[in-house]
Amino acid sequence: MSDVAIRVEGLGKQYRIGARRPSYGSLRETLTEAVTTPFKRLSRNGNGHLGSLSSGTIWALRDVSFEVKSGEVVGVIGRNGAGKSTLLKILSRITEPTMGEVDLYGRVGSLLEVGTGFNLELTGAENIYLNGAILGMRRREIERNFDAIVDFAEVEKFIDTPVKHYSSGMYLRLAFAVAAHLEPEILLVDEVLAVGDQGFQTKCLGKMSEVAKHGRTILFVSHNMGAISRLCERVIWLDDGKVMMDGSSAEVVNSYHTQFLTVRPEWKRFEASDSEREFDFLSIAVKDSNQQPSGVFSGDEPIFVEVTYIVSRTLAGCQIGTRICNFEGVVIFSTSDADTSGTSALAKEVGFYASSFQIPQNFLAPGTYYISIGAHLPNRDVYGLIEQAVVFEVSASGSLASLDGRLGVITPLIHWDVYKKPLPPQ
Amino acid sequence: MEIAKIQPIEKISPSGTLVSEKKDAANEREPLIKIRPAKGWVALKLRDLWAYRELIYFLTWRDIKVRYKQTLLGVAWAVIQPLFTMLLFALFFGKLAKLPSDGIPYPIFAYAGLLPWTFFSNAVTSSGNSLVASSNLITKVYFPRMIIPGAAVMAGLVDFAVAFVILIVLMFYYGVSLTMNFFALPLLITLTALLALGVGMWLSALNVKYRDIRYALPFLIQLWLFASPIIYPVSLMPQKWRWLLWLNPLSGIIEGYRAALLGRTAFPWQALALSALITFAILLSSAYSFRRMERSFADVV
Repeated sequence: MSDVAIRVEGLGKQYRIGARRPSYGSLRETLTEAVTTPFKRLSRNGNGHLGSLSSGTIWALRDVSFEVKSGEVVGVIGRNGAGKSTLLKILSRITEPTMGEVDLYGRVGSLLEVGTGFNLELTGAENIYLNGAILGMRRREIERNFDAIVDFAEVEKFIDTPVKHYSSGMYLRLAFAVAAHLEPEILLVDEVLAVGDQGFQTKCLGKMSEVAKHGRTILFVSHNMGAISRLCERVIWLDDGKVMMDGSSAEVVNSYHTQFLTVRPEWKRFEASDSEREFDFLSIAVKDSNQQPSGVFSGDEPIFVEVTYIVSRTLAGCQIGTRICNFEGVVIFSTSDADTSGTSALAKEVGFYASSFQIPQNFLAPGTYYISIGAHLPNRDVYGLIEQAVVFEVSASGSLASLDGRLGVITPLIHWDVYKKPLPPQ
Repeated sequence: MEIAKIQPIEKISPSGTLVSEKKDAANEREPLIKIRPAKGWVALKLRDLWAYRELIYFLTWRDIKVRYKQTLLGVAWAVIQPLFTMLLFALFFGKLAKLPSDGIPYPIFAYAGLLPWTFFSNAVTSSGNSLVASSNLITKVYFPRMIIPGAAVMAGLVDFAVAFVILIVLMFYYGVSLTMNFFALPLLITLTALLALGVGMWLSALNVKYRDIRYALPFLIQLWLFASPIIYPVSLMPQKWRWLLWLNPLSGIIEGYRAALLGRTAFPWQALALSALITFAILLSSAYSFRRMERSFADVV
């Protein structure tokens, strides 16, 4: 049992992040870029965590090393963009590392999404075969497990119906059922459980722990700390592409929570602003209605976000953009100073600026949030970026969620029009 | 300031000795899968392809199954396309322009060329667009990527078989009798498919990075139609320039089909040998380039 199943050594993955979207270029773009690149100022970064911004590339993973023993169930946690998915993609050979090496001792099945390759026109039964083959199952394997899959998915009656007529619940159950019957020695699972209703998630978790008991090695990425704690004895915490912590799940999940639960209402630039730079953020703070920095807000109180920055060279069209994310890294909303003037960009002339906006009361659900801020020329240059600049908490007190137990990522107070009308004639 | 965090590549990359030392200590087994950053040209990994042969089958089967879903005429489209093109050609090029056709009735002359051409052009078009169309698979699951354009070519074979029925009808109608050359047909079909695969792999891989391909493809196909002896016989070309036509690997193949099916012209062994040579050159170069380019598919598509 002490055999190594996964060995990762000095793994690194570098992505190009052009000012333009790097997804794909047309020939013409490649040609123009080749001509204009020498003249293009490389964007310089602020005091952000994404240290390599200036080089136009970003390390999604940097020098990651760990070993997983055969039969171990290991959770991987971290913020959005910490490199979790990149790690799984490299391990499942979807993308290649830039450096480092990985040895896998056994067949690998990866589950980065449920229902990959499902075709809406095909029937349930046909999709079981297609999806199974895509996930790397042999036809014999699928045939052997066919009944169990149909059983698990509870779709016996509709097995010969095209899946486009399925309810979303049935679709998900079937998709997960196929994947759950993969029989590789090493299973890589990414956030599959984030979809579906509570019942579905419970069922999936049950299946996962059953699979785990059969001595399969599992690497399990999730934001669901409850699921992680229940399933995994060991957890690897990735942050900014590096292993932040690797240890028993209780220990790691605890530290992870602690880091996030520490509110940080203010960020200030420590070192003097470099006059060479065209742009620098000086401070960002969340404040209460008395203009005092505060880390905890009650639900019925507005939150003021204040930013100060200095511009040393006129930057036409530069926008100050912010992202408000919750504890799980989900972006709740984004806003930029161009919101005020419609979509047109604002000229930033040389000078010192203070700008602020207000997050209305009765809007954010109770929880911990962070704000990232950046200054950029949309789709072209990034002048500054500070990830997780401030962390604040919206407490349950006074919040609508605590008053009437409503659900939702946001809990806005919506105005209703109500009219009392005479009964319609029968 | 933060820039200092990035270390030069040489510093981070593990030294060979360190790794091997550790390996000895941990376990002696050879890993089943080794993942290393690849540099330059890489092996074709045909064994990997063989291991996933069932997926080729399932993807081909899916393409066939889904292709004519929600169409009124269904698989009849496989016939309509070459049949109507043939009728148009027969009217304009046969009747009006009076193009020669090596003594073969023009309609069947054209159809015998259009049959492989329709297969080839559809196969190249669909495999050329296949990777982009399968981006959801590429970013979520591993399997040898060549399977995708490969399955797209294979799926075209069914249409080919259906359209073949019309040819048999035409052969009866014009009283064409079979010759021994007919047995060359499997070879010709294989060659057509391999050529389509070779061209399709190139285009599909380029298409991932440069979406220009999508727009260039119909144009390329149109040019290729006129550069191949489909509307006209090779004999129309002056002897002096004929070699130019033979450089198009499809020329030998199309003439081969005519000789095999209609038996009126001599079997063009020489031209076919050249076609085969060029086809394999294209196939090999595109397979290696594909493997080279496939590394970035998931990041780019």
